[in-house]
Amino acid sequence: MATTDALEPATTRRGYPSYSRNVVQRLLLNREAAVIAALVVVYVYSLVSVDFFDGPLTTYNILKEYSPILLMALPMTLIIITGEIDLSVASTLGVSAAFCGVLVKEHGVDLTTAMVLTLVLGIVLGAVNGFLVAYVGLPSLAVTIGTLALYRGLAEGLIQTDRIAGFDPKWQDWPTERIGGTNVPQIVIPVAILAVVFFVLLHFTSFGRGVYEIGLSPEAAHFSGVNVARTKFLLFVMSGLIASLAGLYVMLRADSAATDTGIGFELKVIASVLLGGVSIFGGRGALHGVIAGVLLIAVLNSALLLSNQGSEVIQIIIGLLLVASVISSSFLSRFRELLPRRTASTNQVSGQKSRKAPQ
Amino acid sequence: MSAATTPVLELRDVSKSFGPVVALRSGSLAVGAGSIHALVGENGAGKSTLVKVVAGVYRRDGGEFRLGGQPVDFASTAESKDAGVAVIYQEPTLFPDLSVTENIFMGRMPLGSGRLSGRRIDKGAMHAEATALFQRLGVHIDPRRPALGLSIADQQIIEIAKAISLDARLLIMDEPTAALSGNEVARLFAVARSLRDEGRALVFISHRFDEVFELCDTVTVMRDGSYISTDRVAETTESQIVAKMVGREVGDLFPKTVAEIGEVVLDVQNLETAGEFHGVSFQVRAGEIVGLAGLVGAGRSEIARAVFGVDAYDAGTVTLAGKPVPAHDPRGAIRAGMAFVPEDRRQQGLVIQGSVGKNIASVIRSRISKSGLITAGSEYAAARPWADRLEVKTNALDMKAATMSGGNQQKVVIAKWLATNPKLLIIDEPTRGIDVGTKAEVHRLLSELAGQGLAILMISSELPEVLGMADRVLVVREGQITADIARDDATPENVMAAATRSSEKAS
Amino acid sequence: MSTDLLVEPSRQSAGQRALTTFLRSRELSIAIVLVLIVIAATLKRHTFVFSHDGWRDTLLTPSILLLLAVGQMVVIVTRNVDLSVGSVLGITAYATGKIFIANPDTPVVLVFAAGLLIGAVLGAMNGFLVAFFRVPALVVTLGTMYAFRGYLTHQAGSKRIVAGDIPANFEKLGTQQLLTVPVLTLIGLAVLAVVGYYLHTARGGRELYAIGSDPDAAHLYGLNVGRRVFGAFVLSGALAGLAGVFSVARYATAFAGTGRDLELQAVAAVVIGGVAIFGGSGTVWGAAIGAFLLVTINRALPILGISDFWQGAVVGGLIIGAIVLDRVLSLRRAHQLIEARDVTEEEG
Repeated sequence: MATTDALEPATTRRGYPSYSRNVVQRLLLNREAAVIAALVVVYVYSLVSVDFFDGPLTTYNILKEYSPILLMALPMTLIIITGEIDLSVASTLGVSAAFCGVLVKEHGVDLTTAMVLTLVLGIVLGAVNGFLVAYVGLPSLAVTIGTLALYRGLAEGLIQTDRIAGFDPKWQDWPTERIGGTNVPQIVIPVAILAVVFFVLLHFTSFGRGVYEIGLSPEAAHFSGVNVARTKFLLFVMSGLIASLAGLYVMLRADSAATDTGIGFELKVIASVLLGGVSIFGGRGALHGVIAGVLLIAVLNSALLLSNQGSEVIQIIIGLLLVASVISSSFLSRFRELLPRRTASTNQVSGQKSRKAPQ
Repeated sequence: MSAATTPVLELRDVSKSFGPVVALRSGSLAVGAGSIHALVGENGAGKSTLVKVVAGVYRRDGGEFRLGGQPVDFASTAESKDAGVAVIYQEPTLFPDLSVTENIFMGRMPLGSGRLSGRRIDKGAMHAEATALFQRLGVHIDPRRPALGLSIADQQIIEIAKAISLDARLLIMDEPTAALSGNEVARLFAVARSLRDEGRALVFISHRFDEVFELCDTVTVMRDGSYISTDRVAETTESQIVAKMVGREVGDLFPKTVAEIGEVVLDVQNLETAGEFHGVSFQVRAGEIVGLAGLVGAGRSEIARAVFGVDAYDAGTVTLAGKPVPAHDPRGAIRAGMAFVPEDRRQQGLVIQGSVGKNIASVIRSRISKSGLITAGSEYAAARPWADRLEVKTNALDMKAATMSGGNQQKVVIAKWLATNPKLLIIDEPTRGIDVGTKAEVHRLLSELAGQGLAILMISSELPEVLGMADRVLVVREGQITADIARDDATPENVMAAATRSSEKAS
Repeated sequence: MSTDLLVEPSRQSAGQRALTTFLRSRELSIAIVLVLIVIAATLKRHTFVFSHDGWRDTLLTPSILLLLAVGQMVVIVTRNVDLSVGSVLGITAYATGKIFIANPDTPVVLVFAAGLLIGAVLGAMNGFLVAFFRVPALVVTLGTMYAFRGYLTHQAGSKRIVAGDIPANFEKLGTQQLLTVPVLTLIGLAVLAVVGYYLHTARGGRELYAIGSDPDAAHLYGLNVGRRVFGAFVLSGALAGLAGVFSVARYATAFAGTGRDLELQAVAAVVIGGVAIFGGSGTVWGAAIGAFLLVTINRALPILGISDFWQGAVVGGLIIGAIVLDRVLSLRRAHQLIEARDVTEEEG
C-alpha cells in the first residue's frame, strides 16, 4: 500500500508509540481476561446459588485437590508455549510416589532423604524426555507417550503389590494443615512460590522471551542466539522435577502410593493449560491465564459436586469448554483483526503456518 | 494469429481487500496466447494478490476476470486448474513424503479402466507419463523417488512438469528464478520459450530486469495495488520501467563511498565441512565490504552460517578481532561481536509473528535486563532509537513483523543486529525481495556503516550489487574460494568466469 | 538445453523393486520382532501358540486394538490425532449392551451396524470441528474424549452390562472360529485389507498422505482437505464403534470405564508401526503389526519370566525404541536421497 512503501523524510517518523491498541483493549481483549472473567462469574454464581459453596471446606478442598494439577501446569505452560508437550507428567508423579514409598517402607530410608532422592529421580526422568526431544530431535508427542507408558510401568514394577501406606505423620500432615486460622492448606505456600517463580521466569526474563520465540519460530530463535535445545531440555527437566514434587505431595496427602496414583492427570493438566489460553501450536499464552484455567475447573468441579452432580458432569463441561475455547479463539482472532488500530498499514496477508513441526 | 484478438487472460479493475487492508485496488492485465508477459512492481504492489486471484486462492471483491474471453470466477484452486491455469509459486510446494510422480499428478491421478481397476490409480501410466515429461524437459529425475531431498531447482522443474501435464493454456511463474543458478535459469527459459512457441500464454514475475528483457515480449507495471502501464519490451527501457514502478526518482542504486580500511576483524582459516566446503580462508577488515559471489548452491551461505555458528563445521578456525570464536555457538559469536542477517527473512531473520519492538530487542536482551529481569517497556525503549535510525515504517512497536513489507522487515532485521553494536556484519542476500526504493536505502546504510569502521561480509546473487557495493569480491565455486578480486579489477565477466569455470585446477 | 538426455529407466524389474522395498521396509523389521517374541514365548511354553486357547488368544486379543490402530493411522497420516477413540469405544460397547437388554433377539448384523453408525456419528462430530473450524485435532479430541466419557458415565452410572444381558449367540461370536481363525480377527483383517488397499491405490488415499505431508501445499493443489480430514475422523470413529461391539462380544461386559486409556495405546501402536506422528508417511500394515506387537508382548512377558508388573515399562521402552529407530532410518534415507540427487546431477 501507498503509505508503507513511500519514502518519507525521517523527521516525520520520530517517536514510535509502543502499542497500537489502547490500554483497555490490551488488557481486556485477550484469552486470559476471558478465562479470569469466567472464573469470577462461576465463583460468584456458585457463592450465591450453590448451597454450602460458601462453607469453610470449599476453598480448602479446592486448593488441596488441585494443587498437584496447578503445580504440573506451571512447567507444562512453558513447554506447550515452545510448541512441545509432556504427556508423561502423571506417570512421573506416579513413579515418584512409588519410588519414595518403596525407599521408606522396603529399604528403611528415612523419609527426608527419600524425598530428596525422589526429586533427583524426577530430574532424571525429565532429563530423559528432554534429551530425546531437545538433543535427539524426536517429536515430544511420541516420546512422552512412550515415557508415559515407561514411567507408569516403572511405578508398577516398583510397587508390585497394590499399595504402600503409613508414613511419618510429621511429614504427612504438613501439606494439608491449615495456615493459621485460614482455609488455606500449607501446600499452597510452595505452590504459590513456584507460581511466582514460573511467572517471572516466563514473563520477565530473557529465558522466557526465548521460550516464546522458540514457539513462534525455532529457526529464527536459533539464528538470534537462543539456545533452543538447552531451553527445551531445561523445561523438560523442570517438568520432571515439579511432577515428582507433586508426586510426593499426593503420596503424603493420601498417606499411600499405589500403581494408579495420579493416573490420567496428564490430560487434566493439558486441558487446564489449553483452557487457560495457551496455543497448542506454541508461541502464545500466559501463566495467569493458566492458573485461572486450573481454578476454573476446580471451582466448577466443587460447585457441581455440591449440587449433587456426579463427577461425569465436570468431565463433559471440561470437554465442551476445551472445544469451545479453540473455536472461540479462532473467531476472536478474526474479530480482533476488524478492530480499528492506529491506521492500519498492513500490506501483506501472512499465511500463518499452522504446522506444528517441519518434517 | 487469431489469439491476438481474444487474450487468454484478461483482468480489468480487479480489487481485493482483507478487512481494512486493500491489497489490490485496481489490477488489470491482458495476456495473449503465444506470449511471455512480464509483471513487475515493487513488493506490495499487488502482484502476488493478483496472481492468487487468478489461481483461485482468493476471490476478487470487484472487477472483471475473463479467461479466453469467458467471464470466470474461481472459488478454489481446483477450479482454476480445470480451466487451464497453472501457477508456479516462488517457493515450490511439493509433498516431501510422496513420490515425484505423485506430486505431478496429485489431485488428478489417472484411474485405470475396467471393472475392477476403475477406481484405482493407474501407477504404470502415471510413471510413464512423468518419465515422458522429464525427457521432454531434458532432466534426470527418478520419478519414483520421494520429493524429499530434491534441490530447489529440481522442485521448480517438477512444478513446470506439472503445469505442462495439465496442458495449461496459462502459466504463471512467480519469481521462479529467485533461487536458481545461472544454467538452471537458462534451462528454465528454454522451457518457457518452447511453451510460448506452442501458443501458451505465460506470465513471468521477476525483480530482475535483465531477465525481463531477455525473456519477455510485453511488460505490465503495477504500483500500490493498481495497474500503471503495459508496453512492448522492445519499446521501453529499464529506467522507464523503474520510474513507473517507483513513481518517483530513485537515487543512485549503489551509493558506495570509499571507506578507510583498517585492521583485520574477521579471520577465517581452512574452514571445512564435509560435502559442503573446504579449505576456506579469508579475512575481512574494518571498514571493508567483502562480497561473497558465486552460484546458488556453491556453498556461500553455508560458509557464512558456519562462521556465525548456526551450523557446526568439521575443521578450521574463526577468529574475530584476534580472539577465537567458538564453533557452533551463535551466542558465542554474538558475544565476540558478530551479527548475521540471514538469507530467509521470514523464517530465520525474524520471529515473524512477534512484534517489531521485541524483534529489534531480541539479541540485546541480556544488556537491557536489570538484575536478570526484563519488561516489555524496556524492550520497546531499547528498540525505539533503532527503529528510528533505520526509518522502519510501522505505526507502533507492538505491530507484528508479519504485517510489514519485505523491505521494512529487512530494516527490522538490520536494526536488531546493529543494536548489538557488532564489529562484523554478515549479510546474506541483503536486498532479496525488497523494492527498489528500500534497496537503495539498504545499500546506502551498508556503505555508511563501513564508513564507520564496521567490517561487512556480504553474500549476494545479484552481480550488480556485488560489483556496486564490495571493496573486494571473493568468488565461491563448489565449496572453495576460487578468486579474490579487488573492486577496481572486478568485472561481471571475470566474476562469472571464476564462479562457473570447470574444475581444471581444483582439488 | 541438450535434448538427448533421457531419464534413466529404473534398472530393476517391477518384481525386484517390490522385493527390495519389502525387504527394506520398516514393517518387516517390526514383524520380525513380533515373530521372535512369539517364538521365544512358545519355546518357553508350547501352549502359547500350540494349544486351542493359546492359538485363539494370539489372534483374537489384538483384534480390538487392531481396529483402533487402523482408524488412528488414517487420522495420524493426515497430521491429526484422535484421542476420543477410547471413549467412543466405551459408548458403543455400552450401547450394544443396552440394545440387547431392550431386545435380546436383535440380529447380530444390526448390532454391528449400530456400532458402526454410532461411532461414525461421534467421529463426524470430531471431523466437523477439526475440518470446518480448522482447530487443532489434539485439543478437540481431548475435549470430546472428556465429553463422550462424561456422557457415558452419566448414562451408565455404576451400572454394568453383564454376561447375562448378552444373548448366547452373540457371546459365542466372541470366540467363534473359522478354520481355527477367530471370526472377530477375520473381520478386523478384512477391515485392514480394505483400508490398506484404499490408502495405497485410491486417489483419496494418496490425498490423505499428501495432506499430512504438507497441509498448506494440499490447499494450494486444490485438494478438498476439509472433506478428506472429515472422512478420516468418521472412519476412525466408525472403527472405534466397531471395536466397541467387538469388546462386548469378546468380554461380555461393558461399563462406564470400558475402553479407558485405549486411545494412547492406539497412538502407541501406530507409532511403533512406523507411522510418522506428524503425518505423511507410514502404512496401515505397520500400524496393524504395531497393535499385534503391543498386545502380544503383554501376553508373552510373564511367560518369558518377566514379572507382569514390569510389562508397562517394557512397552514404554518399546515405543521409545521405535521412535529412535525411525529417526535413525529417516536420517539415513534423507542422506541417501540427497546423494542420489547429486549423482544424477553430475551425470546430467
